[in-house]
Amino acid sequence: MAKVKGAVVVNIERCKGCNLCVVACPSQVLELSIEANSKGYNFSTMVVPDSCVGCAACALVCPDACITVYKVRL
Amino acid sequence: MNDTKKKNIEEVRLMKGNEAIAHAAIRCGCDGYFGYPITPQSEIMETLMELEPWNTTGMVVLQAESETASINMVYGGAGCGKKSMTSSSSPGVSLMQEGISYIACAELPCVIVNVMRGGPGLGTIQPSQADYFQSVKGGGHGDYKLITLAPASVQEMADHTVMAFDLAFKYLTPVLILADGVIGQMMEKVILPPFQPRMIEEEIREKCPWATLGKPKSRKPNVITSLSLEAEEMETINIRLQAKYHKIEENEVLYEEFSCDDAEYLIVAFGTSARVCQKAVEMARAEGIKAGMLRPITLFPFPTVAISNHANKVKGMLTVEMSAGQMVEDVRLAVNGRVPVEFYGRMGGIVPSPDEVLKALKDKIVKQQLVIN
Amino acid sequence: MTVNEIINPANLVYEKPKVMNDTPMHYCPGCSHGVVHKLIAEIIEEMDFQEKTIGIAPVGCAVFAYKYLDIDWQQAAHGRAPALATAVKRLLPDRLVFTYQGDGDLAAIGTAETIHAANRGENIAIIFINNGIYGMTGGQMAPTTLVGMKSSTSPNGRTVPLNGNPLDITKLLAQLDGTCYVTRQSVHTVGSVRKTKKAIRKAFENSMMNKGTSVVEVVSTCNSGWKLTPEASNDWMVENMFPAYPLGDLKDL
Repeated sequence: MAKVKGAVVVNIERCKGCNLCVVACPSQVLELSIEANSKGYNFSTMVVPDSCVGCAACALVCPDACITVYKVRL
Repeated sequence: MNDTKKKNIEEVRLMKGNEAIAHAAIRCGCDGYFGYPITPQSEIMETLMELEPWNTTGMVVLQAESETASINMVYGGAGCGKKSMTSSSSPGVSLMQEGISYIACAELPCVIVNVMRGGPGLGTIQPSQADYFQSVKGGGHGDYKLITLAPASVQEMADHTVMAFDLAFKYLTPVLILADGVIGQMMEKVILPPFQPRMIEEEIREKCPWATLGKPKSRKPNVITSLSLEAEEMETINIRLQAKYHKIEENEVLYEEFSCDDAEYLIVAFGTSARVCQKAVEMARAEGIKAGMLRPITLFPFPTVAISNHANKVKGMLTVEMSAGQMVEDVRLAVNGRVPVEFYGRMGGIVPSPDEVLKALKDKIVKQQLVIN
Repeated sequence: MTVNEIINPANLVYEKPKVMNDTPMHYCPGCSHGVVHKLIAEIIEEMDFQEKTIGIAPVGCAVFAYKYLDIDWQQAAHGRAPALATAVKRLLPDRLVFTYQGDGDLAAIGTAETIHAANRGENIAIIFINNGIYGMTGGQMAPTTLVGMKSSTSPNGRTVPLNGNPLDITKLLAQLDGTCYVTRQSVHTVGSVRKTKKAIRKAFENSMMNKGTSVVEVVSTCNSGWKLTPEASNDWMVENMFPAYPLGDLKDL
């Protein structure tokens, strides 16, 4: 069976830390960071990158279009 | 008879002022008319619907659900660089003020016709000139002005329609044709303007680079808006608007003089009142009173300088309006106390008679001068 | 394979649509507006319609929509977007013309313009964001505010005797002969986002095919106005808004 591996890049300055991507992620890859961006928002970040399958659920629900998603088939 | 001459003769027609506006709009390449019925101007839309210009020039004619919708359709059309217009009468024009303010601030060209009727409120369907303040002092919210044309004949209803679009596109501002129920309803002969084609899209893109026609790769998005939350930015827009209005005041004043050369008494009147006053001047002259008349054709810009110059020559002025006295304030500002400026008017839909005007001229100006002297 | 190896243009599966520019949006964190903006941008890009689209922005939170999507825009007076769109589409019949309106704009002050444009069957798409509140002015009661729902002008909850009933304008619009497609969607889950995208695309295609008026209501959240977290807002919406405004197509001709 082909294994899929993904990764996301969050535009930290654009992120408002709404947490909706964290909730949407089926693999619990994302969490809000402890540090904040220049506007004071705790931005979204990958905490368990190995679990990411590149499904783009996080990006789809992101209201600020700050998530770019990559995916490879291994 | 050569063809041109024949054609010109054919162009002389007998029609109502309202109908003349409709014909002139089609002929000057108007792209869209959006209106709502109201007496005494409904013939404008009725004539357009009868002429079906969408089959000839491609002009869009649409009966909207309200004057509010009409003026906002005009806003949408004007934002696309299209020659857009609406028409209404006093209560309907009141309803349009929000949209007019937006269009003035967004700096879009359009034409609005107000065939005035007596107010306030629902008032009467009889003619009036009581929307002068609303027309030339702003009308809606904020610091803006409308170029305001005051036709006094069916011919001018046609001519001003063409001129209004030219001025609207020259200055990117709404232009108001301020007529009244008499001019709208009466029939006179008129020579209709020649046909000019509607602007094709390439022309609009060239002449109106701000128009929202869809964003090509070659330019940034065009945005039509009147919103600037930053106060400094909003003030800059206001300064630009005021500079434009100043330029209009410098360049676009129009008025007509009648028997003014040796006049000792000057009547100032526009539109239907001017027609009455012209007769009153003739009657006064027949009695040996040296009266003359100045008829503002543009109410904004107002012929302040011309009236001011007359203040150095005449003994007194009478302003005649079908209102409680609105333009008279601008006449007094122009005269600035140098000679007496009196007012005579009828309200609520009554048109004054030449006899009344002559009597007012004698009682309020001529006799008073005799007392002083 | 490391994360850095995966992050490679060749492996790209999702990025911000190019029609959406880099200007940060002024919307509150978690606001549904952003998702819908993004979908519109994606669709215009996929249809290659940037040169053919004219959007009409409302008064309300989305008044600044024109700052974020690189298309030609007109910003209407409050409620008047369908009137502007009517003229634009009639004067430019081969263009894609859509309005983007909130519940106050579309269902209160602009009710007449909305109903008459739809009833005339203007070939426009109406995107209707229904979050049951006036967001921009600070959370006042909207025509779609639910009975019992608190707002700054119904601080103890909307009551019918005082405030009247919530207006299901989408249901009303579906009754009109001029509408060809009326649907109610949401953007709170991956699945719902995908469905809303399909709906907006269909509405845009209808505009281009001159099929009549299409209305896509997006039942949305206003977490600031509702005074909940974005996540809790979604839950509240599912629990309270959906029973009053059930999702699905109301009309599809």
